[in-house]
Amino acid sequence: MKFGVVVFPGSNCDQDCHHVIENVIRQPVEYIWHKSKKLDGVDCVVIPGGFSYGDYLRCGAIARFSPIMDAVIKFANSGGLVIGICNGFQVLLEAGLLPGAMLRNKDLHFICKFVELEVASTGTPFSSGYKKGQKIRIPVAHNEGNYYIDDKGLAELKKNDQIVFRYTDNPNGAVADIAGIVNKERNVLGMMPHPERSSEAELTSQDGLPIFQAIVERLKKNG
Amino acid sequence: MVEREVYCALGLTDAEYQKIEQIMGREPSSTELAMFSVEWSEHCGYPRSRKYLSLFPQTGKYQALVGEDSGGFILDDLAIVFKMESHNHPSQVEPKQGAATGVGGIIRDIFTAGARPIASLDSLRFGPLSEPYNKYLLKGVVDGIQFYGNCLGVPTVGGEIYFDESYSGNCLVNAMSIGVCKKKDLARARASGTGNPIMYVGSSTGRDGIGGCSVLASAEFGEGEEKRPTVQIGDPFTEKCLIEATLETLATGAVVGIKDMGAAGLTCSSAEMAHAGEVGMEIDLDKVPLREEGMEPYEIMMSESQERMLVCVTKGREKEIEDIFTKWDLHGVVIGYVTDDKKVTVKHQGKVVATIPTEALAKAPLYEMKMEEPVKLKEMKKLDLNSLPEPLLGHDAERVGSSARKGTDRFTVGIYNDVLLKLLSAPTIASKEWVYEQYDHMVQTNTCVLPGSDAAVLRLKGTKKGLAATSDCNSRYCLLDPYRGAQIAVAEAARNISCSGAEPAAVTDCLNFGNPEKPDRYWYFVNCVKGIADACKIFEVPVISGNVSFYNESPKGAINPTPTIGMVGVLNNIEQRCTSEFKNEGDVILLLGETKAELGGSEYLRVIHGKIAGEAPALDLAGEKAVQALVREAISRGLANSAHDCAEGGLAVALAEACISSKDKVIGAEIELKEVSALRPDVHLFSESQSRIIVTCDIKKADKLIALAEKHKVPCDTIGRVGGDKLSIENWVDLPLARLASAWRNGLKEALA
Repeated sequence: MKFGVVVFPGSNCDQDCHHVIENVIRQPVEYIWHKSKKLDGVDCVVIPGGFSYGDYLRCGAIARFSPIMDAVIKFANSGGLVIGICNGFQVLLEAGLLPGAMLRNKDLHFICKFVELEVASTGTPFSSGYKKGQKIRIPVAHNEGNYYIDDKGLAELKKNDQIVFRYTDNPNGAVADIAGIVNKERNVLGMMPHPERSSEAELTSQDGLPIFQAIVERLKKNG
Repeated sequence: MVEREVYCALGLTDAEYQKIEQIMGREPSSTELAMFSVEWSEHCGYPRSRKYLSLFPQTGKYQALVGEDSGGFILDDLAIVFKMESHNHPSQVEPKQGAATGVGGIIRDIFTAGARPIASLDSLRFGPLSEPYNKYLLKGVVDGIQFYGNCLGVPTVGGEIYFDESYSGNCLVNAMSIGVCKKKDLARARASGTGNPIMYVGSSTGRDGIGGCSVLASAEFGEGEEKRPTVQIGDPFTEKCLIEATLETLATGAVVGIKDMGAAGLTCSSAEMAHAGEVGMEIDLDKVPLREEGMEPYEIMMSESQERMLVCVTKGREKEIEDIFTKWDLHGVVIGYVTDDKKVTVKHQGKVVATIPTEALAKAPLYEMKMEEPVKLKEMKKLDLNSLPEPLLGHDAERVGSSARKGTDRFTVGIYNDVLLKLLSAPTIASKEWVYEQYDHMVQTNTCVLPGSDAAVLRLKGTKKGLAATSDCNSRYCLLDPYRGAQIAVAEAARNISCSGAEPAAVTDCLNFGNPEKPDRYWYFVNCVKGIADACKIFEVPVISGNVSFYNESPKGAINPTPTIGMVGVLNNIEQRCTSEFKNEGDVILLLGETKAELGGSEYLRVIHGKIAGEAPALDLAGEKAVQALVREAISRGLANSAHDCAEGGLAVALAEACISSKDKVIGAEIELKEVSALRPDVHLFSESQSRIIVTCDIKKADKLIALAEKHKVPCDTIGRVGGDKLSIENWVDLPLARLASAWRNGLKEALA
């Protein structure tokens, strides 16, 4: 079993994700440079937070064209597990692996704080460690986390149980309080909150840890 | 002879010009003149402050590192590197870019030392928010800090924001950064080895920031001047790539020395690297990557374009370094080499345009400045408590004041409610949540105590230890008594560190003052420096780095003397960290230290009575040290559940903050003071007596804590219990938590609206 953390120029949560995988859930993990064209046999791809290419254009809009993204798209389409966190979520939207788009936060400010989430779906390889309806505490840190999808798309998300996490006190104006979604096939998760920032007791919350543990369980099952 | 207006425009004086001619033995070229002007500016060469900076102690309990660009201390096999620097004038002119490049510049000083930046703090000061331009400045500065710091992935974990009339027309932006590396990986800012190549790495050079340090930073603000072109433009994405590329480069072992091109750009980095290594350097400006065509040699040498560095590399390994920078899409080009003539020689289009002894550039002249105690100070120090009216009782206007003692008379309950609410909502005291929630304060996953407590606490991954960091300075105390005020700044920083459970380890400072050519301003500077030096000796903390910022004046006058202290402490066991908010119902509340009649320079006096007057609070450094040792021991022995320093607004504000500062749960307190009749109620409530800490502890452990206080010879009074849904202090304050929280949480937001 091996995790791969993609590094774009401007990624800044890559080392945090690497740390949790290596030192907290103690699994093999390596960095994947964005100019690489291969995923080198990883079993789960993590697209971390940060400001890929500075995000001076729309967030994730340039990262989507990095050489590695073709391999990530192929991997996702063949059922591989992909988790995009914060900027990683934005990149997955831009790459078309998840539906919808991100707008600026409703108050036009960057927001960094702990928020409460409700686990809306446990039927994914990422959220199977939670109970449905469970309230968890995970921090957000973003400028553009105001998730948007049209009514038809939202109905589709609901029908397919694709909404995984919802804010209990919406900090950014996201449609339907959406904090995280999966694709229809349920192997690609995008979420704005940072589970890697709440996976150790010293950081006052370990509510993000079950996500990493659930991935390990699933990969073990897959053999 | 060079036209007078040429060197004056560069910020040089007649005497300085003559000295340059004397050193050169000829008329200097325009490029040479430009290089002298930036290197001899206060920002780079400290000609007006060096003499006194040597008073600072450079040793302490932890081995001090006093480096070329930044300093720090050794903690086991780690080096903790930190520094604070001002970016006041650029921020006053263009707040977003001024603050952003302030953050960028200080962070470069950290990673050029070989350390990965792990946290930033920002100490900010503005004029009152009733003036629209001050609102614009605060919003712009916060926007600049979040724009730059968030993108870099360096958490902004703390700092302070004060408001005072003296900063209207000249705001202060002091940025501090902390980094960590293995001791063996520390880099030097020096060149050596004749023939070794000099590489230019990072971003290209443009016309931005020309004269930033010499012209913009070294003069007062006049009326309606246009200085925007001297402000640099920041690109945090490039800096993020530069951090990674630089740390990767240093890991190769091929780097002899490295220096940021910050203030005075290429001039400063080349001259100072050569001088530090006792060598010379020849550079060819035709090889410097430029943003625009037709740049003159002096412009290239003076440009303060951001995100650039100069590296001295072991000969033969240039390609390795170039490849790393290419990987990160940054420039990495050889522009010159080390020589043995101890001169900086600059070539442009095949001609030598400057050749100056490094000694002459790096050793700015030293000036004896006149100093004189301001005449008005004696008058300001006068304060008659009897002249301060105490609150009046409702419409019948019955004067209660000191006659309002315990009683059941319902009309006399809570006569200080409104005063406390007003103080809690005053922008200097109110919650800074609106600001710090815009900063990513958690990235890198080391922040164990989030902003809002007395000090930020960061874990050191791979160890059991942690660091605590804070920045402090009450400039009103410094205005009333510079020596004592500066000591209080050091004491308060150390107290904040101690309240988190950590032990003070080292200090960086940012000394913000008015025009040093005015004797009263210089008197303030010298006395503040002496105060810092003496206090640091008592606390056994070295001053490991710092920065001087003079000329902070607007047409209205000088800013309050503001020697900002940045302090880092060590927590031996990260599990034993402490925060300021009350935790459990039923805990006993103890006040360590003594309240005296000290309203001089207080926030209460300013906000409620509109006065800045009186004596700054007294400070007994031995007593201060004892109370800090006590609180650290109490925390490490598990006796204290919370610890909070009494600062601006005194005991009442500190108690209120401890009740309401947690975002998860607020909790009340009932307070009964000892020897109530000895002092006026407003003195009990709002006096800013130093060396006081509020601690809470489990009732079963209270005896142990009291005994411990006796051992440390620290006054310790049991003043109440945690619990309920209101704060009551004697019968003077009686307020539901919701009202306290609303005043404190919304104060800043409402002032900005």
